[in-house]
Amino acid sequence: MKYTTDQYKGMLAETISVPGHNGDLITAYSARPLGPGPFPGVVLVHHMPGWDDWYFEATRTFAEHGYAAIAPNLYHRDGHGVPEDVAVKVRASGGVSDDQVVGDVAGAARWLRASSNCTGKVGVFGTCSGGRHAVLSACRSRGFDALIDCWGGRVVMGPADLSPKQPVAPIDYIADLNCPILGIFGEEDKSPTPEHVAQLEAALSQHAKPHEFHMYPKAGHGFFYHNRPAYRQEQATDGWARVFDFLARTLGSTVTA
Amino acid sequence: MCTMIATQVAIAGSGKASNGWFPLGQAYVSYDHPFDAALEHSLNIDFVNPALGSGARVAVELDVASARALVAKILSVLDQAEAGGYLGDDVTTARSPGSE
Repeated sequence: MKYTTDQYKGMLAETISVPGHNGDLITAYSARPLGPGPFPGVVLVHHMPGWDDWYFEATRTFAEHGYAAIAPNLYHRDGHGVPEDVAVKVRASGGVSDDQVVGDVAGAARWLRASSNCTGKVGVFGTCSGGRHAVLSACRSRGFDALIDCWGGRVVMGPADLSPKQPVAPIDYIADLNCPILGIFGEEDKSPTPEHVAQLEAALSQHAKPHEFHMYPKAGHGFFYHNRPAYRQEQATDGWARVFDFLARTLGSTVTA
Repeated sequence: MCTMIATQVAIAGSGKASNGWFPLGQAYVSYDHPFDAALEHSLNIDFVNPALGSGARVAVELDVASARALVAKILSVLDQAEAGGYLGDDVTTARSPGSE
């Protein structure tokens, strides 16, 4: 249904707590349209700079488009403070472990599915390191219905890149992926490079996984980030349109804003 | 984290943040996405004191040429100080976290 100016618009956006990895209670930012729904759900997996304003805004953007959205705070266990200061602490410690992130994202998805506002169909979206974590989560947790990987770096990893916190390259789990994937990438990105993206696409094809990749020219890493010099208006506008077109096809939609 | 190139080193000294000086405990050094610098990646140094909370932080984000030039200048100044006989009497007196 195309939005017209006589329609009511409203949403509920708030900080909540949800059980994450190992049942730990973690904070999360939730946004959903007002009204009974039910709405399809989206879990947003935040990027390296942390659980920050861009992700809060993106969570509300999904709600604006008719989705019950939730962004778990993956750095909750590292203490509270200005998002950037917390992210620096996490960066210095080598990042959060893949197992913990997968557990937190699965917990957020369970919270959505248990909500009477949610249809039960849930997608996962992430950018940068969050794109990588979204791929991991969709491969390792059952029940996701759509995956959106925006320029996730280190999905393809060499042996030297592996660590106790990141022991397996996400690409090695691709055989376990059981939902369609939308990939959004920039030709000028250094991580992932176009070669990395081609490797991921080849793995998806090899395992007959439905996928739709868009490689944007004259765009590098993080070209959706309107608060950063990397922002590319034309590519970002098209990319967002493809995100919501993909979600409408995979999860359904009550709104086309 | 996109590059995962990060390390840390224990340091002693003082750093000045917006609310004044504080004793330093560690420096985090990374090459990763900056928060502010107009670069895709930068050499980042965060002078911190974890005991005082995540806000006890003095941050710089440098381009590669600047970072290399800074390292060279630091070493050059230390060499000059050593040649002048100034080193050896500058042992930092440890302070408790938060002391002024």
